[in-house]
Amino acid sequence: MEKELRLMKGNEAVAEAAIRAGADGYFGYPITPQSEVLEYLMEAKPHERTGMVVLQAESEVAAINMVYGGAACGKKVMTSSSSPGISLKQEGISYIAGAELPCLIVNVVRGGPGLGTIQPSQSDYFQATKGGGHGDYHLIVLAPSSVQEMADFVDLSFELAFKYRNPVMMLSDGAIGQMMEKVWLSPQKERSKTVPEWATTGKPPSRERVIITSLDLDPMAQEKFNEKLIAKYNEIREKEVRYEEFQCEDAEYLFVAYGTSARVCQKSIQIARAQGIKAGLLRPITLFPFPTDRINNLADSVKMMISVEMSAGQMVEDVMLASGGKVPVFHYGRLGGMVPEPEEVMDFLKKKIIGG
Amino acid sequence: MPQATGAKEIIKPENLVYKRTEVMTPNILHYCPGCGHGTVHRILAEVIEEEAIQSETIGVSPVGCSVLLYNYLDIDWQEAAHGRAPAVATAIKRLLPDKFVFTYQGDGDLAAIGTAETIHACNRGENIMIIFINNGIYGMTGGQMAPTTLPGMKSSTSPYGRDVKMMGNPVKMTDIVASLPGTYYVTRQSVHTPANVRKTKKAIRKAVQYQKLNKGTCFIEVVSNCPSGWKKTPVESNRWMEENMFPFYPLGDLKVPVE
Repeated sequence: MEKELRLMKGNEAVAEAAIRAGADGYFGYPITPQSEVLEYLMEAKPHERTGMVVLQAESEVAAINMVYGGAACGKKVMTSSSSPGISLKQEGISYIAGAELPCLIVNVVRGGPGLGTIQPSQSDYFQATKGGGHGDYHLIVLAPSSVQEMADFVDLSFELAFKYRNPVMMLSDGAIGQMMEKVWLSPQKERSKTVPEWATTGKPPSRERVIITSLDLDPMAQEKFNEKLIAKYNEIREKEVRYEEFQCEDAEYLFVAYGTSARVCQKSIQIARAQGIKAGLLRPITLFPFPTDRINNLADSVKMMISVEMSAGQMVEDVMLASGGKVPVFHYGRLGGMVPEPEEVMDFLKKKIIGG
Repeated sequence: MPQATGAKEIIKPENLVYKRTEVMTPNILHYCPGCGHGTVHRILAEVIEEEAIQSETIGVSPVGCSVLLYNYLDIDWQEAAHGRAPAVATAIKRLLPDKFVFTYQGDGDLAAIGTAETIHACNRGENIMIIFINNGIYGMTGGQMAPTTLPGMKSSTSPYGRDVKMMGNPVKMTDIVASLPGTYYVTRQSVHTPANVRKTKKAIRKAVQYQKLNKGTCFIEVVSNCPSGWKKTPVESNRWMEENMFPFYPLGDLKVPVE
């Protein structure tokens, strides 16, 4: 089957891509700016198309625990929400990480803290990449910067989630979720019929019972389990780093930006190059694992790095660590739902070049 | 003086009148002496064996005294976060509609922190069985006031007795869920006498059979004792339960299927 070209919102693309990826279940709760995911799924009748279960839960808390229940049955399940709702899900996400269950959580980020704004933001970087809930764990975090990537990363997320038995977060933002772009949709995949051996399916006499839990009252055993998780995260760090470079070959000034900010920076680079300033962009596609080594290499060839984020400065800490102190690292951000203009990013760069 | 008879002389096939159901594991229960949990576990396991659904059953255990329930019944288990078992069970049943799915929860789990999940799962009429152990106290954390603690009842966080003006009233969750259109069978039982054990077992068996009909949620409250939390001997705690808990939480069916 051929790919299909459609004009869609990022949120709609996630929903359609989920059906086509052969997802078994979606559990969600309305919140702006991502309600189109649930609305699209309800309208598209995936139950008739593939047998996919879609349910509007009574809360984000219930939705993420439904994801837990479905994932523990070995099913491809997902939820989506936006920042305040993702905060509510953190307990469940921690349990999912602790029980080593695969799932996809889409966060269409809006500004905070608190109820904040419904406009786009990137202020959930810390929450997404450093844990979020309680206990030592990591999500695999993918950062789409287009409607196409919101669609493509659904399948990739499930692949990584099942490969590592780990929850995956797609960290989008209100701009990419809401804007319409053309998107090539993959052909329909069949829902998987294979059941992982760790899943609860009812215990036949031929095997031991399966217990999905994150509880271990024996501290020595819990420590061993934590070490197992660390080994898994290290393997992910080693094998799953993804990023994109834009005019980095001869760059003297490097922007590091993801999602909407990365698109702004591409335009800033055009403006800069037209004025003879050699700027480039490294766009992390995975925020965990972070492209630390590549940024460290680039620190040998550039004069300066600027982390451009719609936040008060979160990813900049990882850029600083990655740079190894070889070059100055600055942060430029807009807050509260404001998206930076390419010109203002360019102005900030110029100011830093002359030592402002 | 007659010699004490050795165990070997007694354990003979012709003397065997009772044995552990195979659905119970040989693990030693961690519950306090006189606690009702072990009895409910056993009759639940017996029903699973007698109905031949061991390979079809997925249980969801709670947070509370029965958090380690998965150590005792030889079936597939999911351990839920505190109060979230009905949401977890909802997804299991919807994704595996042919399986027998149940939750087993205490009063803190089901009627305080999990109130929303309980009410909405019941209101949607999820085809699951919910077993609700109500002993009016948080047992595992050491006897704190529960949503079901009786007015005037002492606990470690209501040391002078539950003052309803200050602490609010106990909640009758079973009455609430019985009023919801999604529930199919709602009953309140106990396991403090052999007759009551048989009634509770019968209720569990009905819930298993009803789940096959896909008619909605089956909800079984078991009013239970907590000798350790109530600071009473097992016998005293059962008497106290009869005299104080049953008048407030009367036993019997609250909702039965209309044929």
